[in-house]
Amino acid sequence: MSAYREKDPRIHGIQSRIRVVPNFPKPGIMFQDITTLLLDPKAFKDTVDLFVERYRGKNISVVAGIEARGFIFGPPIALEIGAKFVPLRKPKKLPGKVISEEYELEYGRDCLEMHLGAVEPGDRALVVDDLIATGGTLCAAMKLLERVGADVVECTCVIELPDLKGRERLNGKALYVLVESH
Amino acid sequence: MRRALILYSSNPIYSQLSTTRAPPGYVVFPKRDGGWIPPSSSYQPPVFRMRNYKCTLPPPLGSVGAASDSVANRPKMASQDEQDPRISKISSAIRVIPNFPKPGIMFQDITTLLLDTKAFRDTIDLFVERYRGKDISVVAGIEARGFIFGPPIALAIGAKFVPMRKPNKLPGEVISEEYSLEYGTDKMEMHVGAVQAGERALIIDDLIATGGTLCAAIRLLERVGVQVVECACVIELPELKGRERLGDKPLFVLVSSD
Repeated sequence: MSAYREKDPRIHGIQSRIRVVPNFPKPGIMFQDITTLLLDPKAFKDTVDLFVERYRGKNISVVAGIEARGFIFGPPIALEIGAKFVPLRKPKKLPGKVISEEYELEYGRDCLEMHLGAVEPGDRALVVDDLIATGGTLCAAMKLLERVGADVVECTCVIELPDLKGRERLNGKALYVLVESH
Repeated sequence: MRRALILYSSNPIYSQLSTTRAPPGYVVFPKRDGGWIPPSSSYQPPVFRMRNYKCTLPPPLGSVGAASDSVANRPKMASQDEQDPRISKISSAIRVIPNFPKPGIMFQDITTLLLDTKAFRDTIDLFVERYRGKDISVVAGIEARGFIFGPPIALAIGAKFVPMRKPNKLPGEVISEEYSLEYGTDKMEMHVGAVQAGERALIIDDLIATGGTLCAAIRLLERVGVQVVECACVIELPELKGRERLGDKPLFVLVSSD
């Protein structure tokens, strides 16, 4: 389900605080920068509140956040809804035993890792990141969780780039975003 | 040996602790109910837990613009043995991974703390209780584990959150600060315009070791005229003397680990 909340009065403030930086990290890319959102305490709080209102009381036991910007939005949500926070990281950052999932980039491949034992079979999980583009990273995150028997309830992002069709790549899993950017 | 305590400035009060250590190379993972899941084998090692530590509560931060922020004016700590009941669970939720990222290093892993919803909540509450109402407008968090603790604190005290990042991650205009590693140097970056001169800031990271990273963060903020009120970490490794490297900047930690 796409829940682009045009009617919620908080969305306008959130959207206006996101700045677009042209040609980053390379020419032709219009980078959606959420750091300016974080500088506005009210807008940042509204962002977290919108997610919390959606997921509170839904028996979600895991919030998995994708390094690094998923670490900014995931923990406040997890704390408010009483879920564990599980960081999903680039290779070799997590100490101890991990499971890995490879995924494709525009050029080459990358890998996402999760701690063994962090998530248990039957855990109901959210995956959080700041933005969904092609959906490759979110896909890898979902696979990691499903491999250990968790039920991925929804993927959730502040921003979606619908032209990159990431939503379709999620294999039918629900995606919830606050803002779309064309 | 690990000790749990809250330190303030240069007047730490330590308590001696007894701990049991897991055998080298052995790592346990906490279960949801507070127990530990051993790896599948018939060997059941002793459980690694914190025991019998105490913590002392420092005096609260000085008020806006007060001189009490300076070391000289800070009251000496009387011998108080106030034990915040939340600290024990926080400390025992942190696991130690031997020989990561390289042989000889006992890595303090906070990810297990994040799996304990009450202990994670308590961690944030301890920081928020200290900093709420102190006119702090900036919480700067150091990539990446500072991104986990910083934002919840910022949200609760009504401050902005400013990420301090490795090179080439922040888009747009940045300022950089180089700092030393054991071998070589690294760089930390902050957005130009994120903070204004005169703002009062906290710097957050999960752990302070040598203090090099925190020092770089302090310099970045001070270069643009921000007043760094305090550095705050979940864990300190006192043997690495990071506290001294911060000079006159106060450091607040929840847990100390030797």
